[in-house]
Amino acid sequence: MELVANNLSYKPDDQYHLNEVSFNFQEGNLYTILGRTLSGKTTLLKTIAGLLTPDSGEIEFDGKNFLKVPVWERNVAMVYQQFINYPHLNVFENIAFPLKQRKIDQSIIYEKVMDVLKSVGLVGFEKRKIQELSGGQQQRVSLARSLVKNAKILLLDEPLVNLDYKLREQLREEFKNLFSKGLADKTILIYSTTDPRETMELNGEVIVLDEGKVLQVGPAREIFENPNSLKVAEISNDPPMNIIEAKILDNNIKFEGINLEAPQHLSKLTEDGLKIGLRSSDIELGESGHEFEVELAEIIGSETLLHLKRGDTKIIVSIEEVLNFKIHDKVKINFKIDRAYAFHNDGKLASSPFGGLNG
Amino acid sequence: MSKLYTFLKYFFIVFWAVFVVAPFLWALTTSFKDFQSVNGGVTYIPWVDFEPNLEGWKVLIKSPARGGVDIVEPYFNSLFVTCTASFISIVLGTLSAYALSRYTFKAGLVKNNDITFFFISQRIMPPIVLSIPFFLFLSSINLLDSLVGLILVYIVLLMPIAVWIMVDFFNKVPREIDETALIDGCNPYQAFLKVVLPNSISGLIVAGMFCIIFGWIDFFFAFILTFTEVQLLPVKIVALNSSVTPWWSLSASALVSVAPLIIVAFIVERYLSKGNLSGAIK
Repeated sequence: MELVANNLSYKPDDQYHLNEVSFNFQEGNLYTILGRTLSGKTTLLKTIAGLLTPDSGEIEFDGKNFLKVPVWERNVAMVYQQFINYPHLNVFENIAFPLKQRKIDQSIIYEKVMDVLKSVGLVGFEKRKIQELSGGQQQRVSLARSLVKNAKILLLDEPLVNLDYKLREQLREEFKNLFSKGLADKTILIYSTTDPRETMELNGEVIVLDEGKVLQVGPAREIFENPNSLKVAEISNDPPMNIIEAKILDNNIKFEGINLEAPQHLSKLTEDGLKIGLRSSDIELGESGHEFEVELAEIIGSETLLHLKRGDTKIIVSIEEVLNFKIHDKVKINFKIDRAYAFHNDGKLASSPFGGLNG
Repeated sequence: MSKLYTFLKYFFIVFWAVFVVAPFLWALTTSFKDFQSVNGGVTYIPWVDFEPNLEGWKVLIKSPARGGVDIVEPYFNSLFVTCTASFISIVLGTLSAYALSRYTFKAGLVKNNDITFFFISQRIMPPIVLSIPFFLFLSSINLLDSLVGLILVYIVLLMPIAVWIMVDFFNKVPREIDETALIDGCNPYQAFLKVVLPNSISGLIVAGMFCIIFGWIDFFFAFILTFTEVQLLPVKIVALNSSVTPWWSLSASALVSVAPLIIVAFIVERYLSKGNLSGAIK
């Protein structure tokens, strides 16, 4: 079974929410839709679910025109980022709701619901009211409700975004277990997120979406190693990739009075307006090196993000420990320049350290 | 400071309570008086100040032929008209409100908000503006001086209240709940009946209460659109006031007429204060 979309466009106002989106999803696979907020992720999922009708384009599922099938007959399941459950029903009734809708036998419903409750870790909560649950538990209930149907298409719209850090980690782990447990065998799993780390951890096929347009499609690793444009590099890295305007002359990368020997994959690029991309983790603090001024130091979890400046060039360095800096401190840094990317003036990838294009 | 605050707080509460309750006490004592006790100076305590009797109450259920005023029939007329009109208004109003909240309507410049405003605007103009059209309309379809005619008019008056309250209420119920119901296999009607409506009970109660109150206390249209066949309670009570004001039966009938509202208020208050209805949806 496959879900195929051709040139889906949706433009309810002046802006495209979806712009000529095409894809081909196969059963048994996990697809991650990566994009910033308002990039059209939710619109795309709602279009697949049938809650929105695209202005143009086609969706086919299992060889049939999916756009002709109303939502309630599509056999899809969806989990929203806000924890959406039925407030007037208790946990058990919530999860049983889609089954009751199908007029399934009571005893089978009971069995299935209990099974799913076990797999989301909510056994013993059947009688609780939804309002008596924590956010994480509420989200588990909606996940359970979407799992219990054995839907052919499971849509997860940023399901972890409204949870606190700890719960997010925990639930993400559970997601991975659920997905790998064979549940995914007969299902097309579509997961949307803004978080590049989540994308990499889920390790599925990635669709990078921006302003309603598909920028790149490929396995998570491919997106990480060879982003095909500056935009993708920005979206698929957190903190975003550092972009440095530089010149390559005589096999040297020059910017802000710094000279770095160009690695082999960059040495042939001599054009004007070249942009060098370097991940924040590919810059190190050192005893000696190039001097930068601290603009801001953020401590995130066990990481420190240093915002540095030299002339007009601003970069972010992430350090795997908690360090204290004062604003205007001078620090010395070294670039792992062999890991640098180069982008053309128009934003297209020129060369990547993993062998993309000119490399 | 805090002592003064506490004192002032309780002072105003007591003051307000007296202000609200005193007329009722006055009506209650007066309803047990006769002509002499009413005109014999200020008296409040029965058996001490005056000799209570039930004449003011008895008159209410006696037929006019035997010197009574008989408010039983107008009472049930009022109950019937108010309940029927409120019920129909709530049903129609809830359906319209749901449509206005969830679907987009567009006819030239007219959009959802304009339609909602159109409903509310029915209540903005003074009722007297509507009285002549209503009169002519009802007379042309032969429904003047009839219960059905009154019910029709009251629906026109009460439905805007229901629409107004329910549109606001539905706008606060997240759309995603309806969408989830659709995804879970409900068609739009089932989604409305099985998911949206059960979560809107508190809104329905509020809208229903307003409809009942406004329907029950209306005097103006009941007065203009009926003559002899059908009489509603407010009209009957006002008609009691003839050349000699019968304070005792006037008080008794006033008490009887507010009784249903007090009962409704008590039930609703108990229901809402259970707390599981309001704020069911975050």
